[in-house]
Amino acid sequence: MGGLHPALQGLVTIIIGVGGCIGYFYFANQFLDRVLYPAKGPDAGRNINRANMIRPWLFLFPAIFALGLYLAYPVVATLRLSLIDNDTGAFVGLEHYAKLTGEAKFWEAIRNNLLWLIVVPALSTAFGLLAAQLTDRIAWGNLAKSLIFMPMAISFVGAGVIWKLVYEARPDGFEQIGVLNAIWTAMGGEPQNWLTIPLWNNFFLMIVLVWIQTGFAMVILSAALRGIPEETVEAAIVDGANPFQIFFKIKVPQIMSTIVVVWTTITLVVLKVFDIVFTMTNGQWETQVLANYMYDKLFRSFDTGMGSAAAMVIMLLVTPILVWNVYTARKEMR
Amino acid sequence: MDNIAGRKPALTWVVHISVAALVLLWLFPTVGLLVSSFRTSDQISSSGWWNALFPAEQNLVIRTAAPDSQLAEGDLWVVEGNLFALDGREPLTVDAWGISSRDLGAYQPGETAEFRDGSAITVAENGDYRVESREEMSGSRGQRVFLNAMVPPKFTLENYDNVLFTEGSGGGMKKAFFNTLTVVIPATVIPILIAAFAAYALAWMDFPGRALLIAAVVALLVVPLQLALIPLLTLHNQIGIGKGYLGVWLAHTGFGLPLAIYLLRNYMVGLPRDIIECAKVDGATDFQIFTRIILPLSFPALASFAIFQFLWTWNDLLVAMVFLIDSTGQTTVMTRQIVEMLGTRGGNWEVLATAAFVSISVPLLVFFSMQRFLVRGLLAGSVK
Repeated sequence: MGGLHPALQGLVTIIIGVGGCIGYFYFANQFLDRVLYPAKGPDAGRNINRANMIRPWLFLFPAIFALGLYLAYPVVATLRLSLIDNDTGAFVGLEHYAKLTGEAKFWEAIRNNLLWLIVVPALSTAFGLLAAQLTDRIAWGNLAKSLIFMPMAISFVGAGVIWKLVYEARPDGFEQIGVLNAIWTAMGGEPQNWLTIPLWNNFFLMIVLVWIQTGFAMVILSAALRGIPEETVEAAIVDGANPFQIFFKIKVPQIMSTIVVVWTTITLVVLKVFDIVFTMTNGQWETQVLANYMYDKLFRSFDTGMGSAAAMVIMLLVTPILVWNVYTARKEMR
Repeated sequence: MDNIAGRKPALTWVVHISVAALVLLWLFPTVGLLVSSFRTSDQISSSGWWNALFPAEQNLVIRTAAPDSQLAEGDLWVVEGNLFALDGREPLTVDAWGISSRDLGAYQPGETAEFRDGSAITVAENGDYRVESREEMSGSRGQRVFLNAMVPPKFTLENYDNVLFTEGSGGGMKKAFFNTLTVVIPATVIPILIAAFAAYALAWMDFPGRALLIAAVVALLVVPLQLALIPLLTLHNQIGIGKGYLGVWLAHTGFGLPLAIYLLRNYMVGLPRDIIECAKVDGATDFQIFTRIILPLSFPALASFAIFQFLWTWNDLLVAMVFLIDSTGQTTVMTRQIVEMLGTRGGNWEVLATAAFVSISVPLLVFFSMQRFLVRGLLAGSVK
């Protein structure tokens, strides 16, 4: 495939990929019914049963193979890499983890990740809930929703550029072209390089993700709010509850489970946040986060052991959500 | 259901105004980038983009015509003309002017200023000027005049022309655009088919271990792809794929599958049981039921996933950096190209804004035209 133009290569891959998939499913199915266990002759009944036992696995095989190779195997392989020496491959136990916990940058990443974990899901959910409740009440609500939802389609990199312009700083005395500094200097402040002020800069990065995720929270929560039985709200009105009591005491408790789902989904996004930090500060000025720290270790210092150990830390943080999701999914299936 | 907005008109207005404020707040940053992409670099650095819609005061430095065009008028030597006409500029209105860089707006239009050599200049509001001197003027260049003029808002498509069609200077966005497209299409199409068959098996076929497999899909849904980077890159290198399109297609397929299977299964489970059982009674095989009944009925779910996967692969940076882009940079994608520009041309907002908008425009188009499916997919994915 080397000589072909990439676009052509892409086309060929689509044809091979799609054709291959269809071909696989069709012919494997035919093989099962015609050759392996034909539904005729003395064993017809038994053969049909046998074929029906195998068929699900036939349908599932490509998916299981891809999932196993691209998601399940790497978990094990990364765990292994985090426990062996980079060069010799000898088992070194928790040495990489020990080195990890000895690095100030690692603890900075952990601290920042915790900040992100508290701030971003909380603000996104709160803004989303507010936007959902307000837009449901007005005629042009759908348009408003659509505009608040829009950042969802924008890449983290694109969002990084958009917000860098907002935070742009010019030296004192020059016309400020970043909105934040324009407002700040208009109020009498000195122009600030917002992204280089330790601790605060984390919040300026978080705003970008809040801006993106609020739309998601709003869409889900708005559907949940509409699903609330009207009688409960009417009963509260009859009892003389004011709008705020209705919202916080009647509505919010009824959509609590959805709020939890939204919260955990955004938490997952936060744990993997990479692009925003990579684009806007690259972890400088004390804005490091785990995913970017891991990338640094793997592809800048080429330290697979440390990088894999950092990846396992992310995995560890994700695990409670993983267990919870599996638990709820199984409960619902019963 | 009348509560927060209530029946009180005052409260209704509060709701309208808060929503409007929220929407403006959310739009403002994006609009800033969009407006900046239509401004020249001078405009961007001389005023905030929110001023772009209004006339802006600009400082210009223009030289009068050289002394060799002077004419004798009685006992005076005179140079006359229009300042804006000299450079072929468009005509502006002079607010104030000066002859020294230390005092830019010292004179009003119509006033007369004296140079050190004894000559005097008068500048009118429309830019007409007249330099008079008692002695013959010398030198090869005219006098410098500093003007404060109101410049009307002006927008340009030049940035887009540069970024998309000029080789090199724009930073190769055209190539990156096509590279991105090459990554995205197969990476969106291939997982759909694989997932659809698997989802059907998990939704409508009975076999031991089904519940366990569904649980596994739910679990894999949240596995961070960060874990996959090194083991898979090593694997790709070992089996000879290396870094390239094939690798990135496979990676995106693998990473997209859990969501695809999960979404499609949830949707297929909800399809009416009667249809499927009727078909079975009529002697349809599983394969026929799948291709003739389930697949067409699942179109909304397929569309939802396709949009998700499209947005995700188009906007992706990490997977492309790890599995696709090699040291030659021939296969760079738009997100990577923009990050590179931030590093090398961090101050060139006209180029950055335009490049970013080129990369954002396609997802925005998809978003606004197919929002229905996106919302439905999100709801199926997280609310049960």
